Amino acid sequence: MKKHTIVALVQDRPGVLSRVIGLIRRRGFNIESLAVGHSETPGVSRMTIVIEWEDVEQVVKQLYRLIEVLKVSDVTDDPVVEREMTLIKIHAPGPKRPEIVALSEVFDAKIIDVGANTMVIEMTGSPAKVQNFIDVIRPYGIKEMMRTGRIAMVRGVRGHNAEEFVENANGHAERVPVMN
Amino acid sequence: MSDKRTGAQVMCEALIRNGVDVMFGIPGGAIMPFYYAMWEYRDRLRHILCRHEQGAGHAAEGYARASGRLGVCIGTSGPGTTNLVTPIADAMMDSTPLLAITGQVGSHVLGKDAFQETDITGITMPITKHNYLVKKAAELPYVFEEAIFIATTGRPGPVLIDITKDAQQATIVPDWNIKLDLPGYKPNYQPNRKQVREAIKLLLSARKPLIMAGNGVIMAGAVEELRAFAEQTRIPVITTLHGIGAFPEDHPLSIGMPGMHGWVHVNRAIQECDVLFNIGGRFDDRVTGKASTFAPHAKVIHVDIDPSEIGKNVKVTVPIVADARLALQAFLSEFPEREAFAELHGHASDWMEHIREMQSKHQHKQQYLNRSETEHMSLPPHDVYAALTRALNTRGNYRVVTDVGQHQMWAAQLIDWYRPRTHITSGGAGTMGFAVPAALGVAVAHPNDTVWAVCGDGGFQMTNQEMATIIQEGIKNVKVAVINNGYLGMVRQWQELFENKRYSGTPLSGPDFAKLAEAYYWKGITVEDSSQVEAAIEEAYATDGPVLIDFRVEREVNVFPMVPQNKSIGEMILETPHES
Ligand SMILES: Cc1ncc(C[n+]2csc(CCOP(=O)(O)OP(=O)(O)O)c2C)c(N)n1
Ligand SMILES: [Mg+2]
Repeated sequence: MKKHTIVALVQDRPGVLSRVIGLIRRRGFNIESLAVGHSETPGVSRMTIVIEWEDVEQVVKQLYRLIEVLKVSDVTDDPVVEREMTLIKIHAPGPKRPEIVALSEVFDAKIIDVGANTMVIEMTGSPAKVQNFIDVIRPYGIKEMMRTGRIAMVRGVRGHNAEEFVENANGHAERVPVMN
Repeated sequence: MSDKRTGAQVMCEALIRNGVDVMFGIPGGAIMPFYYAMWEYRDRLRHILCRHEQGAGHAAEGYARASGRLGVCIGTSGPGTTNLVTPIADAMMDSTPLLAITGQVGSHVLGKDAFQETDITGITMPITKHNYLVKKAAELPYVFEEAIFIATTGRPGPVLIDITKDAQQATIVPDWNIKLDLPGYKPNYQPNRKQVREAIKLLLSARKPLIMAGNGVIMAGAVEELRAFAEQTRIPVITTLHGIGAFPEDHPLSIGMPGMHGWVHVNRAIQECDVLFNIGGRFDDRVTGKASTFAPHAKVIHVDIDPSEIGKNVKVTVPIVADARLALQAFLSEFPEREAFAELHGHASDWMEHIREMQSKHQHKQQYLNRSETEHMSLPPHDVYAALTRALNTRGNYRVVTDVGQHQMWAAQLIDWYRPRTHITSGGAGTMGFAVPAALGVAVAHPNDTVWAVCGDGGFQMTNQEMATIIQEGIKNVKVAVINNGYLGMVRQWQELFENKRYSGTPLSGPDFAKLAEAYYWKGITVEDSSQVEAAIEEAYATDGPVLIDFRVEREVNVFPMVPQNKSIGEMILETPHES
């Protein structure tokens, strides 16, 4: 099954994360990763969700049913930049340290903490590169690892500025009177 | 009164400002401040005390479905709110505008397992269009305005507002200067004209076109427009279970109901048609049967207010996201000159002739019951429907609410339907126990109509305590017909047809329903023979008050035609296979 990267702009209201996750859970999708944070516009958050499923178009449509959802795009086949960050606490006894430092340098990873027998490495990069680094470093003995999950952004002028959704939506949506 | 209000008073005023004048509910600790306040507004806000919150919810649904207005129900925290879950889910499935107002424990104990605390916003998240937890009185004017706006616009649905007790009690100066901030909620009402023209082109080139009308036509108030559309194009019209009443069944272009218990000629026509124009229906699996085999030759035009319905179950050639009435108006205004229809009219009339021929081969209405099989029966259910239909047709001004099961399908099939909002049933959720409380709500909405609740003996026993509510409220225009077959009949039918008659968990006893009715101060009548049916119905009409008739019908009669689950709608069973 294909992995899809979905980017959503949502109004930052209580429960919105629950609603988005609930909708995906209802269809039995497994969420591989999910990252949420503030966007460029106050009151609007941006989410990147990675799921494995074929019929993602329907999910995208159903996400629009949620009141807080402003914009959803399946960017899987779009030109995007994707990044993921990971923190790795690695088993690093004295003699192994130079090797680990050298490997980290190759991958542009940073050593951010050094303990008696461990080091903590911070690595940011494309999800593939992060995975690559993890594979290479794993034989030394990973004690703890935390991945943020990917965040994605469409390159160039395409993509969506949150402001435009908030701006042109002021005031009431029209109400069509029902006749009986 | 000064400008100061309690949160509870604000709730009442917000409801009144939004045109609410009746609510159905049951009080309790966490919602008591609201009940305290509503006493002051009782001349403008009628409260109807139900016997169970499920009843309150269905009554509000019945009110909404019969009137097109918002239905409002109330429950206290904990069990009071969980009892509302079924009607909320029901309203979600049937796109019914419903507002559920629930009390919540004080905000200082939220999340601490306080007495009668239930996370109702969490529970109802997937079964509401939207929901709110309000902890501050100052938010109430805005939240009520937004909630009611969301419940009643776009594709309507249930919205729940959970209000902590302290928010109801706090005193504030409400700010009624409300500007809704809903950047993500912009229902699209106006159709795309290009798509409309595309659809017209497709229709004009059709040889075997069909119109399928659903609930959306009724909710949008598009009945007149649909009629004009059908008459201009002369395309045969199908009405789904929830589309019943969207098009009069005595119209020469009406061909009837599709789906699991739809007519053979209708399902065959769907399987043969080349253009299917679905307006305001959602291609429920009870309509489509096995979706991959549905309407195999058809190009589909689908008009729906909810974009997520388009392409969900059936592949669509021309999608149109719009309000049904505005869409049909756009079609009518974009229609070409009369001459352009000449070819379509020719094809449509041949096609209609073909459909009518199938219909005559495959019987019609009452004849679906094999008469030779019923000769020994003292009361075949079909005799009840025949007499009821005659009474409805002669007396007019009726609404029929049905429960869920065999009796529901017979009602849809056998009663003659002419007007919108006269047939009210639980379709998407199939909620047994819907009819009696919903009939209460319908009777409140239409005090001058006679409201018939047609129930099974199973579903009736789920919510019949609302008979007491009906009496207490002095409601006289409700009549209940129990189609009493001593079984959970629809399940028994499946067991008979597909499970070698293993009647596991379906034989059902009950009290003497007429006596039960009498105990509730209703009139109760028992009917055991076909010869008594008409007189009983007459007596029900003649009685100035609610009446229940216990129709003790033949126990093992089946609803036909029938499409077995997950089969193509082309494969219908027409009668009980004879044992060899
Ligand atoms: C609340 C609920 N429980 C169970 C069902 C499953 N169910 C569907 S039809 C049916 C039988 C209904 O029996 P009755 O009310 O006697 O009507 P009949 O089919 O006999 O006319 C049942 C149990 C349901 N639809 N709703
Ligand atoms: Mg029964």
